Amino acid sequence: MANDPEEKQPSASSPTEPSAAKTPAAGGEPASKPPAPPAAKPPVAPGAPAAKPPAAAAPPRPPAPPKEGPVPLDNDLVKRYKEKFGPAILEAWTDRKQAILVVARELLAEIAIYSRDGEKFDWLSDLTAVDWPKREKRFDVVLNMYSFEKNERLRLKVQTAADERVPSVQGIWSTANWMEREVYDMFGVIFEGHPDLKRILLPDEWQGHPLRKDYDILTQDTAWVRENLGIESGQ
Amino acid sequence: MPDERIPFATHADQTVLGADEIVLNMGPQHPSTHGVLRVKLRLDGEKVIGSECVIGYLHRGVEKIAEHRTYTQFAPYVDRMDYVAAVSNGLGYCEAVEKLLGAEAPPRARVIRTILTEMQRIASHLFWLGTHALDIGALTPLFYCLREREEILKIFEKYCGARLTTHAFRIGGLQYEAYDELEKDVERFCTPFDKRVDEYESLLTENRIWVGRTKGIGILTAKEAIDYGASGPVLRASGVKWDIRKAMPYAAYDQYKFEIPTGKNGDTYDRYIVRMEEMRQSRLICLQAIENIPAGPIMGKVGKVLKPPPGEVYHAIEAPKGELGYYIISDGTTQPYRVRIRPPSLINLEAFDKMIRGHLVADVVAIIGTLDIVLGEVDR
Repeated sequence: MANDPEEKQPSASSPTEPSAAKTPAAGGEPASKPPAPPAAKPPVAPGAPAAKPPAAAAPPRPPAPPKEGPVPLDNDLVKRYKEKFGPAILEAWTDRKQAILVVARELLAEIAIYSRDGEKFDWLSDLTAVDWPKREKRFDVVLNMYSFEKNERLRLKVQTAADERVPSVQGIWSTANWMEREVYDMFGVIFEGHPDLKRILLPDEWQGHPLRKDYDILTQDTAWVRENLGIESGQ
Repeated sequence: MPDERIPFATHADQTVLGADEIVLNMGPQHPSTHGVLRVKLRLDGEKVIGSECVIGYLHRGVEKIAEHRTYTQFAPYVDRMDYVAAVSNGLGYCEAVEKLLGAEAPPRARVIRTILTEMQRIASHLFWLGTHALDIGALTPLFYCLREREEILKIFEKYCGARLTTHAFRIGGLQYEAYDELEKDVERFCTPFDKRVDEYESLLTENRIWVGRTKGIGILTAKEAIDYGASGPVLRASGVKWDIRKAMPYAAYDQYKFEIPTGKNGDTYDRYIVRMEEMRQSRLICLQAIENIPAGPIMGKVGKVLKPPPGEVYHAIEAPKGELGYYIISDGTTQPYRVRIRPPSLINLEAFDKMIRGHLVADVVAIIGTLDIVLGEVDR
C-alpha cells in the first residue's frame, strides 16, 4: 500500500505558500456567480448541465485569492496565553482562519482550566489525536474548544511521545472521558489521571492501536478473531 | 469505595455489589437500544444506581478507511455513519473539504443543499419521534411519522436515486441538478406539514401517560450539558440557545429566518418539545428556500483531482443530532492524512449515565430514545 505518509507537518516556521498558489479556487476563473436577482422567479430548474457555467457573464471575483495554509498568529488571545504561561506556549498559528496553539504537555491541565474559566472556552467539542511516526514526539493530542460567549473556536495541541503520559482533562470537562478512551484505544496514548482508561470501541483484549500509521489497514488481531469469532481473519 | 463515577471496575471480579444490588445487562440485541448498544445497569431494586455503556459493536474503522481513500472516494462512506440522516453527514464532509481546498459551492448549490438538509432534519426527527414514542408505549405516532418520512425519502429518491445513503452532494457543489418538480414536491410536503406536527402533538403533548413517562426524567441542567459536551436538541432543551446554523452559518442558512427553540428543564419532555418545534422551523426554512432558488452552476471550480494544500481544518455543522464536526488534515496529497469525525450521537450518549442515575429501569428506554442516538455514528 502506498500509505507511507510523507511527513509534511504544517507548522508556522515553514509556511507552505507555494502550494497555496495552486489551490484550484485560485485559478482565476470565478468559482461562483452571485445569487440571481430577487426579481427572477423561482427558476423551474433550468436544464443546464453541471459545471458548464457561462463564465463571461459573471463579474470577476475579488482579486486576492484566499490564502490557505498556516499563518503565524500573534493576537491578543495569544499574548494573554503567553503572559500567563510564558514558554509553555510553544507555537501559535492560524490555518484556514482557525486559531491553533501548541502548548507544553506538562501544563496541559492548567492551560485547559485557564481556557475554560479565564478565556471562556467552556465547551470542549472534540478531543482527538494525530500520529506523525517520523517525528521525535510522534503524537499530537488535539483539543477543539468552543466559547459560547465569544462564538469562537480554539484548538490546543500537545506533542507527546509513545512512552509519555498526557495529563487527562477529564476532570475539567466530563466529556473528555470517552474521547480520551477513544484516543487510547486508537493510538495508545496514555492519559495521566483518567479514572477508567480502557478501550471503548474495540474489544478489551484487542492487540494494537489501529489509527497509528504503522498499523496497516489490512492488519487484524488474528488471534482475537480466531478465538472469539471462530474464523480465520478475512484478509 | 471505588470512584463514584465508575459504576463497574474494569475487571468484573473487582466489582463489589451491595447486598440488594444486582447487575442487569441490556442489549446489544434489544429493540429499544436503537441498534447494538449494550448497557450494563447496576440496580438497587428497580432503581438504577449506575450504568455503563458498552459500544463498538458496529465499529468499522471509518477514520482509518478515510486515510486510504481519496477525498472524493471517501464521501460515500460518511453516509453510513448516521444512516437516518445521510444528507447531513454528506454536507458536513463536503463543506469541510471545500474549506480545506479554499473552494466554495455556488449559490444555487448552497440553497439546494440547505433544502435537502432541512428535509433530512425533518425525516430524522420524524424517525426519532416514531421510535421514541414506540419505546415508551405509544404505537400510533410511528405509523404517522413513517408515512410523512416516506414522502421525504421519495423526494430524495427522485433527486439522486437513493433513499437512505444518498451521497447527494459532491465536493464543490451538487451531484445532480435539481429535478424539475423539486420545489413543487417540497412545497407539497411542507405546506400541510405543520398541521401534521399538530396532529402528532395532539397524540402526545398532553397525553397523561406520555407526560408521566417523560416529565422530570433524565434531567440535564445547562451547566451539566455543557460539561458533558452535549449538542443539538439535547443542549438546547437544557436552555442553552445555541445552534451552529445561527452561530456560524454555513450553506445558505444566513439567508433565512428561523427561531432556535429551547427548553427550560432539560428533561425528556423538553427535548421532545424542542424537536417538535425544530421540525416546524425546518419546514419554514424549506418554504423560504424554495421561494427563490438562484439560477447558475451547481458545481464550483474544484478540479478533478483534489489536492488540498497542506494544513488542517475543523468544520462543524448542526446535524439533526447535534454538532457534527470534521477535523481533516491534509499533507498535500490526494488522500487525507487524518480525518476525525466528531459524532454528536457518541458524545450525547456520554451523558446517559448522568441522566439515568436515580431513575427506574423503565426509564432507560425513555432516556436512550430521547438522546436520539444512531449506533452507526456512535461506533463509526
